[in-house]
Amino acid sequence: MRITQGCFSFLPDLTDEQIAAQVDYCLSRDWAIGLEYTDDPHPRNTYWNMWGNPMFDLRDAKGVMMELEACRKAHPQTYIRINAFDSTRGFETVTMSFIVNRPDEEPTFVMRRTEADGRAIRYTHDVIR
Amino acid sequence: MDADTAPPPATVDLRGEFESSGVKELLDELDRDMIGLRPVKQRIRETAALLLVERARRSLGLSHETPTLHMSFTGNPGTGKTTVALKMAGLLKRLGYVRKGHLVSVTRDDLVGQYIGHTAPKTREVLKRAMGGVLFIDEAYYLYRPDNERDYGQEAIEILLQVMENNRDDLVVILAGYADRMDRFFGSNPGFRSRIAHHIDFPDYTDEELQRIARHMMAEQNYRLSEAADAALADYIRLRRTQPHFANARSIRNAFDRARLRQANRLFDGADGPLDAQTLSLIEESDIRASRVFRGGLDIAPAGQAGEGAQP
Repeated sequence: MRITQGCFSFLPDLTDEQIAAQVDYCLSRDWAIGLEYTDDPHPRNTYWNMWGNPMFDLRDAKGVMMELEACRKAHPQTYIRINAFDSTRGFETVTMSFIVNRPDEEPTFVMRRTEADGRAIRYTHDVIR
Repeated sequence: MDADTAPPPATVDLRGEFESSGVKELLDELDRDMIGLRPVKQRIRETAALLLVERARRSLGLSHETPTLHMSFTGNPGTGKTTVALKMAGLLKRLGYVRKGHLVSVTRDDLVGQYIGHTAPKTREVLKRAMGGVLFIDEAYYLYRPDNERDYGQEAIEILLQVMENNRDDLVVILAGYADRMDRFFGSNPGFRSRIAHHIDFPDYTDEELQRIARHMMAEQNYRLSEAADAALADYIRLRRTQPHFANARSIRNAFDRARLRQANRLFDGADGPLDAQTLSLIEESDIRASRVFRGGLDIAPAGQAGEGAQP
C-alpha cells in the first residue's frame, strides 16, 4: 500500500531534479534541511532516525542531494524524508516534509477492532509486512 | 527533450553577451576598486574572455564539457587574494558557471579534524556549504604536512581532489598562499596541479600603490590626510616595507586603524571647544609619526603584535 505522508505524497514520486528544486525553494526561504529515515511508516511513529545533523548553512541544494545519495546508499529499502525547519518563531519548527525514498515493496495496514466495555469499539492500525 | 528539437542559434553576439551578462560591469568595478595588480587584472580579463567564448560555444552546441575552473592564487599576504576571489565568485556566477556565487573561505582548521574519523565529516560539511559557489582555501599548503605521515590533512586532500574532479559543475575551488610554499605543495601533490587550470600570481604593491590604497581607504571612511601627514605616510610605507611581518595592504589598513586611534586620543585630550566635521576627519602628521615604525620598528614591539600577517 502506498504510504501518503507529508507534501506531494499523492503525486508520483519526485525525480531527483524535482527534489533539488524543492530543496532550493526551502533554502531560498532560509529554512534548514534535515534528512530522516525509518522502516516503520506507521503514522503514529513520529520519531524517524536522523541522517546526520540538520543542515543550517547551505546555499545550494547539491549539499542536500549529496547527503540524500549517501543515505539512499546506506538504507536503500527504507523510507527517507526531507524536513525543512523554519526558525522565524525562535525555535525550529518543521514547516515542510516530504518523502523522497520508498522501499520497493511497501508494507500495508490492517485495522483491528476490539470490543470494550458496553458496546464501545476501539480501533488500532497495524503495519503488516 | 526541447534541446533536441529546438535548433541551436546560428550566431552569437559576444559583445552583447559581454555587456548583458554583467561581466563588463564587474570587470570595470574590479579596475576601479582594486589599485595596482595589473597582471592579475589581465589574467582575470583573459579568463573572463575564455569563459564567455566557452559559453557561446556551448550555446551553439560546439562543446559540452564544463571547463576546469579551479584556480590557485599565489602571493604575499595582503595582496588582495581574498578580495579578488570574491570578485571571481561574482564573475563565475554571472557567466553561469556556478549557481549561487557565494564564497566560502576556509583554512586548514575548518577542513582537518582532531582525531581519526573526524576529518571526513568536517571536510564534507565545508564542501556541502560551498556547493553552488566558490571554496577559497587560504594557506592551502598547511593541508599537507610532509613531516608527519599520519597527519589527517592527507585525508582532507583526498576528499577535496575527489570532489574537485566529480563535482566540477557544482563548485570551484581556489587555493591561495605564498608562492614558494604553494609550489612545494603542488610539487608533493601532483593531483592538485593537474586539476588546477588557472594559476594567478599576485605581485607586491609598490610604495606609490600602497599610498593610493591608503588614501582610498581613508576616503571611504571620510578621513582626510593633511599634506604633512601624506608625506609622513610615504615615509611610513617605505620604512614599514623593510620591517618584519610586512603584509602589504593589510599593514596599511592596520596603520590607518592605529592612526585613527591616535587621532581620537589627540582630539579627546586636546579638545576644549566644539569640534567641526573638518577636525574630526583630519589625520595630522603627528598621528602617523607617532608610530613605532619610525623608532626602529616592530622588533621592539610586544609579542602580541606579531600576528599582523594573519587573516582578520
